[in-house]
Amino acid sequence: MEKTVNQKAWFLVLPVLILVAFSAVIPLMTVVNYSVQDTFGNNQFFWAGLEWFQDMLSSDRMWEALWRQLMFSGIILAIEIPLGIFVALNMPKGGFWSSFCLVLMSLPLLIPWNVVGTIWQIFGRVDIGLLGHTLDRLGISYNYTQDTLAAWFTIIVMDVWHWTSLVALLAFAGLKSIPDAYYQAAKIDQASRWKVFRYIELPKMMGVLMIAILLRFMDSFMIYTEPFVVTGGGPGNATTLLSIDLVKMALGQFDLGPAAAFSLMYFLVILLISWVFYTVMVNLDKKGM
Amino acid sequence: MAKITLDNLAHSYLKNPSSEDDYALKELNHDWVDGEAYALLGSSGCGKSTLLNIISGLLEPSQGRILFDGKDVTHAPTAERNIAQVFQFPVVYDTMTVRDNLAFPLRNRGRDETYVAERVQEIASMIGMEDMLNRKARGLGADQKQKISLGRGMVRKDVNALLFDEPLTVIDPHMKWELRTQLKKLHHDFGHTMIYVTHDQTEALTFADKVVVMYDGRVVQIGTPEELFERPEHTFVGYFIGSPGMNVIPARVEGNRAYIDGTELALGQGYGALDGKVEIGVRPEFARLSQTEGLPVKVRRVEDVGRHKIIRAEFFGHDINIIAGEDERVSADMNRVTFDAGHVNVYANDWLVKGAA
Repeated sequence: MEKTVNQKAWFLVLPVLILVAFSAVIPLMTVVNYSVQDTFGNNQFFWAGLEWFQDMLSSDRMWEALWRQLMFSGIILAIEIPLGIFVALNMPKGGFWSSFCLVLMSLPLLIPWNVVGTIWQIFGRVDIGLLGHTLDRLGISYNYTQDTLAAWFTIIVMDVWHWTSLVALLAFAGLKSIPDAYYQAAKIDQASRWKVFRYIELPKMMGVLMIAILLRFMDSFMIYTEPFVVTGGGPGNATTLLSIDLVKMALGQFDLGPAAAFSLMYFLVILLISWVFYTVMVNLDKKGM
Repeated sequence: MAKITLDNLAHSYLKNPSSEDDYALKELNHDWVDGEAYALLGSSGCGKSTLLNIISGLLEPSQGRILFDGKDVTHAPTAERNIAQVFQFPVVYDTMTVRDNLAFPLRNRGRDETYVAERVQEIASMIGMEDMLNRKARGLGADQKQKISLGRGMVRKDVNALLFDEPLTVIDPHMKWELRTQLKKLHHDFGHTMIYVTHDQTEALTFADKVVVMYDGRVVQIGTPEELFERPEHTFVGYFIGSPGMNVIPARVEGNRAYIDGTELALGQGYGALDGKVEIGVRPEFARLSQTEGLPVKVRRVEDVGRHKIIRAEFFGHDINIIAGEDERVSADMNRVTFDAGHVNVYANDWLVKGAA
């Protein structure tokens, strides 16, 4: 068949190109621009080369924030994924109570992030907060503004409260897609509850769980608002996660160059971890777990 | 293997069934004889699968009892009944190999590995999957997956019964024949009690010793394929079995005569007074088109289906079908029909009435 050649078709891509340019490329290049220059104000810039990157790579401050960040993401994933699956497995499968649970669980997902932070900030206060006061009355020393362990406990419980529902909802959707015949066949094959989970439910949930893990990893790795509202990164720097540190550096100290280099590396780390995770999961999936 | 007895069994999906219409499965008494192959035939929604699930224990009946060799298992869980069931859509454990899939029911029952290996090998050769044993079940085609399901159903030697719930729906036509033949052979070799649910009459008639026809939650007839063909107990059986189904024509019956719109027709037997809706039923195979004898008929269309011709005609305002042999001549002046008197059945309120010679 003869194909007509019409270069005007390129104009059809133009709107997307403009949109992407303004939403992603131009802001990113601005950051790249900052990262290789130094400024003393007055809009005067000097070429700095890769100096900021070297600075950042040898800065304890960034490495510490990165470790804290990895620990935070690791802990919340280790809690939220199994807990979400557990909740999904124990939810009513249909009828009024199923819808009721779904609505109840979506509630935390609908609350704005700084409101979540404020809720927990007040909830944990020893003088007026229900949690803080109760713990205090029980004789447990709990003060998230002074104690590192208490601060970590608070932001982790807060994240689990806020986001486990997402994992549970996704896992529930995966479970609902399993036809009854699978469970009936398992009964006939005399499979134990564990084997039903291991060989029927888990494989069928794998797809949505991958999405859940990826979403929760990326979100938690970029988390800012909630811990900032609760602890402000403290006590000391105990809960200063990557983005909190970045904002401090860029807006608090106005160190644009280092902050730009920092954020580029931050971006690459997220990209790299997500890519590695995705590749590994897809390969496992191909091999059948 | 066991004899399965259904005693006063009925089931409703409603909590408080009030009338008979609320029952998906109406009261039923039946013995499934040990070692026979049964087909449960009926259209969709007639209660076939409900009955099957009650036998396998996936569903608890609202009333009545089920006995395996005289032992009441009505409330026993599926695992205790020791039955195997194959479902309409293939159920395989995707992440396991074909071998592990086949071994699964045996391993769950704690059989030792040498026995498991031996059985798996036997079953694999039976379903023709020996060279695929080490492959993951994921990624196999629907018919191969279904063969694994069949294999998993057959791997246990001591099952009380093998239940099939329309297992060949997803299989290609040529594989259907092959698998059905294998099932028949299996039945022949091992003598398991088999119950095979289907809505396909060919499948039912070729597979089973006895066909159980269900209609609207009720068993309307249990019989050999010949019995179903020659003496349908219910108009539904006549209509459902046969291609095309039996002709059912409203009539008035007096003694050994039937009157259709006042025209007399001889019957093979005599009948007493009949109440309600009275009809005569005659299979297209026992009707013959003629130039001179019989009752007037208006031929509409002749379909040549290869082995024979199907004549679609109008008979006193009713549609009837007549089957003529492949070589039989059908001409425009053939406008009469005769029925083989011995094969004209009489139905009152849809149920067969037995006459006296």
